[in-house]
Amino acid sequence: MRKLLAGIAVLGLIAGVGAASAQQKLTIGVSIPAADHGWTGGVVFHATEEAKALEKQYPGLKVIVKTSPDGAAQANALEDLTTQGIDALVVLPHNPDELTDPIRKVKSKGAFITVVDRALRDRSIEDLYVAGNNPELGRVAAAYVKEKLGGKGDIVVIRGLPIPIDEQRVNAFNEGIKGSDIKVIDSQFGNWSRDDAFKVMQDFLTKHAKIDAVWCQDDDMAVAVLEAIKQAKRTDIKFVVGGAGMKDMVKKVMDGDPMVPVDVLYSPSMVAVAMDVTAAGLVGHIPVRGSYILNATLVTKENAKDFYFKDSPF
Amino acid sequence: MNEPIQSVRSSLWSRVDLGAVAPFAALAALLLLGTLVSPRFMSVDNLSNVLTRSAFIATIAVGATFVITAGGLDLSVGSMAAFVAGIMILFLNGGLIENPVLLIAFGMILALFVGALCGLANGLTTTLGRIEPFIVTLGTMGIFRSLVTWLAQGGSIVIKSSELRSAYRPVYFGDVFGAPIPIFVILGVAAIGAFILYRTAYGRHVTAVGSNEEVARYSGINVTRVRTITFVLQGLCVAIAVIVYVPRLGSTTSTTGLLWELQAITAVVIGGTRLRGGVGRIWGTIAGALILEVIGNIMVLSDLVSEYLIGAVQGAIIVIAMLAQRSLSRTR
Repeated sequence: MRKLLAGIAVLGLIAGVGAASAQQKLTIGVSIPAADHGWTGGVVFHATEEAKALEKQYPGLKVIVKTSPDGAAQANALEDLTTQGIDALVVLPHNPDELTDPIRKVKSKGAFITVVDRALRDRSIEDLYVAGNNPELGRVAAAYVKEKLGGKGDIVVIRGLPIPIDEQRVNAFNEGIKGSDIKVIDSQFGNWSRDDAFKVMQDFLTKHAKIDAVWCQDDDMAVAVLEAIKQAKRTDIKFVVGGAGMKDMVKKVMDGDPMVPVDVLYSPSMVAVAMDVTAAGLVGHIPVRGSYILNATLVTKENAKDFYFKDSPF
Repeated sequence: MNEPIQSVRSSLWSRVDLGAVAPFAALAALLLLGTLVSPRFMSVDNLSNVLTRSAFIATIAVGATFVITAGGLDLSVGSMAAFVAGIMILFLNGGLIENPVLLIAFGMILALFVGALCGLANGLTTTLGRIEPFIVTLGTMGIFRSLVTWLAQGGSIVIKSSELRSAYRPVYFGDVFGAPIPIFVILGVAAIGAFILYRTAYGRHVTAVGSNEEVARYSGINVTRVRTITFVLQGLCVAIAVIVYVPRLGSTTSTTGLLWELQAITAVVIGGTRLRGGVGRIWGTIAGALILEVIGNIMVLSDLVSEYLIGAVQGAIIVIAMLAQRSLSRTR
């Protein structure tokens, strides 16, 4: 209760300061990758929506959203934003290693730096870090699979691309099922692509006569996995656990589809959280520096409606 | 039509064109390897899965055989496939026609039209603009890819009506006399392609242009027209692949068809078509596409190779297959 009251007090403070600083001109620059696949498509959607909402909420605040197709273009976009004069930067870097120096340059001009999703090599640059929790995504999925199968069963795993994010998720998943009688009987890369995941799942179905469940950590791949199972007319697979929070999958959870009982959140809307907290810090002068790690929430039939964004492309 | 196979049957061993047989020998060897590696490999279900999903690359590669035989190259096919699929699904979602079968039929015609148009754009820019096809199609590759991303607003384009989806589904998942429909598509496209390349004047012109452009021109062949039409054929083949692709997942995303151009070119080259042009082998191309798909299938079915090393083994098998083919051709 005290926490709640404190929360209300802070909200009141933000709102009050927001009204008070109506005349003050402040600018937030938002630099994100262009929509090159489903998840980044969601990032672009949530960033543009949040920009509109923030400008409405804080009169006098300007939010500029720039999308860039690759790292080099993003470095240029950062320079352009700096020239326009920004008080804070919210950035989801293409490749954090490559963009560390360009971001450092923005910082040296005095802007508040918020890094989203992909941490920079030099963590001293960021003022605020907002990200999803990759290891937890694996852990939450593992806990659910373990519980649902009663601690015993044969599962297959379809991985993403061989990059650190995938490794963190898979290691945490394996750690999570350790000690139980759940066996990962096969694991392959599906490259976060529907077509590749479809092929891999078809072959898994040929290879293994009995599969209890599938963990594929990504909703785009889950779409293909479900299609392959449907084609093979197999009934031994009890459920598929994806991840990210794609609206079609959240809808399935909401509707109680037995094959998709849950989803694990790694939502592109994290960019909106980052923008919101940045704006609160900038306008309200409240201390927001630090790390803000979003939970990999388990989306169930009960809470699915909170995570269903009807208008989002993802 | 079945020229390479017939020539194997009807002529003496010494007169056999080993270059044409080599891809089939490689395919047979892979089938044997698959049988040894996994007891489930030879099952009807598995073979029909593999054949069915090779349909996209096989169909596109038939078109690529024409382009490459005429001395061109098309890098835009993967992006073009995604673009055509996007347009087709958006048309289906538009619901201009009540009757689902009629709507799908018109969607297919639209896909063919858009594919041919994309091919024509590639062809005319290459021939009339006198620009290297590599550069032109590298450009259009980016253009088509971005257009899909734009149409999908970064997400995916999905067939909305589930009724329509189930009406269209059999084109990929259905079968006739027990054989999946995409297999008939492969055979049909290859048969028509082989007929055009081997049995028509146009086909001979394609080969002539590819082996020596100057000589072809002095012989009175309209090089510009011949080359441009190869790109249109490529566009049509991409559209046919799309018609089979869309019913599978009922959706397209900005990652659809990624790297298909490389797979198609690899299938063509494995099949014995010369990358510099002048020699085209349609049935070899089909064998090449099957080889690529079978290698992937064996990798997943066997437990021999770690998931991290699959790419290396696939690459090695392709190189070995090419070396074997080269040495077979040399012994002639």
